[in-house]
This record gives sequence, structure tokens and C-alpha cells, in this order.
Amino acid sequence: MTAVQAVALIVVAVAGTAVVFTPDPSRQAIVASVFGLSLALLFFVFQAPDVALSQITVGTVALPAMILLALAKVRRRERARNDS
Amino acid sequence: MTFLPYAVSAWLFLVGLFGVVRSRNLIHLVVCLSVVQASTYVLLLAVGYRHGGAAPIFADVPLGSRTVDPVVATLTLTDVVVEATVVALLLALAVQAHKRFGTLDPDQLGAMRG
Amino acid sequence: MTRRGRMVLFGFGAVGLAALMAWGLAGLPSFGDFDGAYGTLLSKIAVPERQASSVVAAVTFDYRGLDTLGEEFILFAAAVGVLVLLRIQRGEEDIPAEPQHSRLPTGRSLTLRSVATALVGPVVLLGLYIVSHGHLTPGGGFQGGLVLAAGLLLAYLSGAHLRLGRARPVSAMELSEAAGAAGFALIGLGGLVFAGVFLENFLPTGTFRSLISGGTIPLANVAVGAEVMGATLLILAELLDQHLLTHGRHRR
Repeated sequence: MTAVQAVALIVVAVAGTAVVFTPDPSRQAIVASVFGLSLALLFFVFQAPDVALSQITVGTVALPAMILLALAKVRRRERARNDS
Repeated sequence: MTFLPYAVSAWLFLVGLFGVVRSRNLIHLVVCLSVVQASTYVLLLAVGYRHGGAAPIFADVPLGSRTVDPVVATLTLTDVVVEATVVALLLALAVQAHKRFGTLDPDQLGAMRG
Repeated sequence: MTRRGRMVLFGFGAVGLAALMAWGLAGLPSFGDFDGAYGTLLSKIAVPERQASSVVAAVTFDYRGLDTLGEEFILFAAAVGVLVLLRIQRGEEDIPAEPQHSRLPTGRSLTLRSVATALVGPVVLLGLYIVSHGHLTPGGGFQGGLVLAAGLLLAYLSGAHLRLGRARPVSAMELSEAAGAAGFALIGLGGLVFAGVFLENFLPTGTFRSLISGGTIPLANVAVGAEVMGATLLILAELLDQHLLTHGRHRR
């Protein structure tokens, strides 16, 4: 196992732990984006470029966007409920 | 040292599961679930890896050279996209739960009615 | 069960699970020594049989095409689930619609709008390239469809909205998703009709390393690309309350 692979694995483990221990969901979305990027790097170093391509777009764009949009929906409803 | 990929995969699984159990917010829970999903990708690719292997794309690599396993790459790549959509479905359910019960705290969701 | 009780129970369960995992994972062949016969065989015969230089694409859409068909329908079902849940909510909602200016995604940030506008063309082109060259280089329908969806999302971020002539954009995305899902199934049926086996590669395989090679693999790529793009944009549009795909009239 090369040094690059070992480093990539450790970065993924640290990023995953950070995602779980971030309590605020909007901050967690950004940390999840970093986690997705580190995963994509890991897949690339494991000689699987197809998987890395999938993971790049999903983990950095689609997933955090969905999380933040769901949060925005929830907050909008809460605000409307507080106003009425 | 060769155990590291499997150890990282097991660690991600357990940490994600811990996040799911401990979470106080449904959206936080869904993101921790995506960490659990990531552990399966790491495990699949770690199983299929071969030392000195290139990617199984023969556009410029001569035929017959050593490659990593293509089957696990297939499984993982469809998996990544599909589970993102499943996370979207879970988020929609979380939004619906908030509408129904007024809270995103799993401990305070009422019993299912009707 | 109280929260504390739940955490204690999880603690015991996690220790047991970790022990079982360690035992199971220790039985795997050591990292880098995997000797899978199926994968080795496929690497050897995929290129001569299908003339497609990407073995992963050949496995995804040809040798294990049935798995991909199943996964594609999971994607379709999940997208339909999201749409049903959120559209019913939007129908029942009595929250007043937000005023016009606060619905724009970028407000007055000129930098964001200009960068997003500049990037739409290259990203969409890149997505089309990735979809069409899936059987030659890393890429394919899944990856390219996502990049296309990201490109169209950039169009939204630039302050514009998608204008697709007379077609309503939401219907166009729904059509794209449905056509992609049905297209893949129809390719499978074509295999059944012309070659006797469902999802058999029945088109001529063309020349190695050219764009027309691999038989049905490029067609399957296009179908999956259309479906993934449609599904992702529909989900994002629903989460954005359809501001992403509304028609021109109410925005200006």
C-alpha cells in the first residue's frame, strides 16, 4: 500500500468523524462536502476513476445542495409558524 | 498496515451509526447515514484492489496488463448515484415529519397516526 | 426508552458489532491480493468481445446490465417518492409566497452571477462529452447525467431560469427522466427480440477505440444520462419550490 493511499484513508476517516460530530446541520453540509471530496480522492488513488467521477459531483454538489435546501424549507415553515 | 482500508471502513460504519443513534435532528441523522453508506464504498473498492494494477480502461493501457477488479467498480459507481437519491427521499420524509409534528427532534416525534 | 438507556444499549451493541466486524474482515484476503476470477476473466474478454475500451462500462451496461436496470429503477422510484411527498405538501401549504426579490438565488452578487453564467456552457458541454464517451474513457451515463444537472443548476444560480422554448421545463425534465428509464428497458427488450436474451448486446460492435463501438453500450449510456439528469433536476427543483424550473412569465 502506497503512502498516498494511506494518507487518503486517514483523511477520509477524520473527515467522516468530523461530519458526525458537527451538530449544526448547515455546517454539517459543508463538512459533508469536504468528506465527499476526500472520498473522491481516495477512489481515484484506488484506481477507480469512474467511481471518483460519480462521487465528485454527488458528494460535493448534489448532496450538500439537497441538505441545505431541505433545511431552508424547514426554516421557512418555522418562520411562518412563528409569525402567525 | 494492510489492514488499514478495512479498519477505516469499519470505523466509518461504527461512527456513522453512533451519529444516527445520538442525533437530535432528523437532518443531521440523514447526513450521518450517508457516512455509513460511504463505508460500504470504501470496503468494496478495498476488496477489489490489486497491487500494481491500473484502472480497467484499455484506451491507452496495453491489453492484458494487470488491472484492478472492474466488477466492484461497477457496483460502487451505480451505488453512489442511487444512494444520493435515496438520501433525497429521506430528506423529503424529514421535511414532511417536521410539517406533521412541528419538530425535527427524533425523540419528540409523536406516534404514527392513521 | 430514555436517551441514556438507548446510548448504553448502543454501546453494548457497538462493541459486539466491532468484534464481529474485526473477525469477519480479518478473514478477507489481504489488501491488494484479491484473486477474483470473475474480474480477471472480464478484463481479458470484454475488449475483444465488445470492442469497448472501458471494461467498467461494459460490465455496467452489458455483462451486469440487469443490476444496472434495477438500480436505475431505484433511482426512478426515489425521485417519484420525493416529488409526491413535496408536491402534496406544497399543495396543502398556506404559507404566503415569498416576495419576488427574496426568491432570487443570488440577490445582487455580480461575481456569482457572472461566474455562473460563464460556466454554464463549458459544464454542459463537459457533461455531454462524458455521457457520449462512456464506453471509451472513464465516465458514462451516471457521471455525465450528474454533471449535466450541475450545469443546469448553474444556469439557475446565474439568476436566469430554464427556458426551453414552448415546453414547460418541469414537463421536459419529467419526460427526460421517464424516457431514460423506459429507454434502458426497451434496449433490454430489443436484446430479447433480436438476440433471444434480455439485455443481450445486439448491435454491431464497431471498431475498437472509435465512438461507434460497444454495440448497445453507448445507447444505454445516453438513456441513463437522460434519466439521472432528469431525476436530479426534478428533486432539486422540488426542494427549491420549483423556482429552478418555473416558466418565464412570473419572474420579470
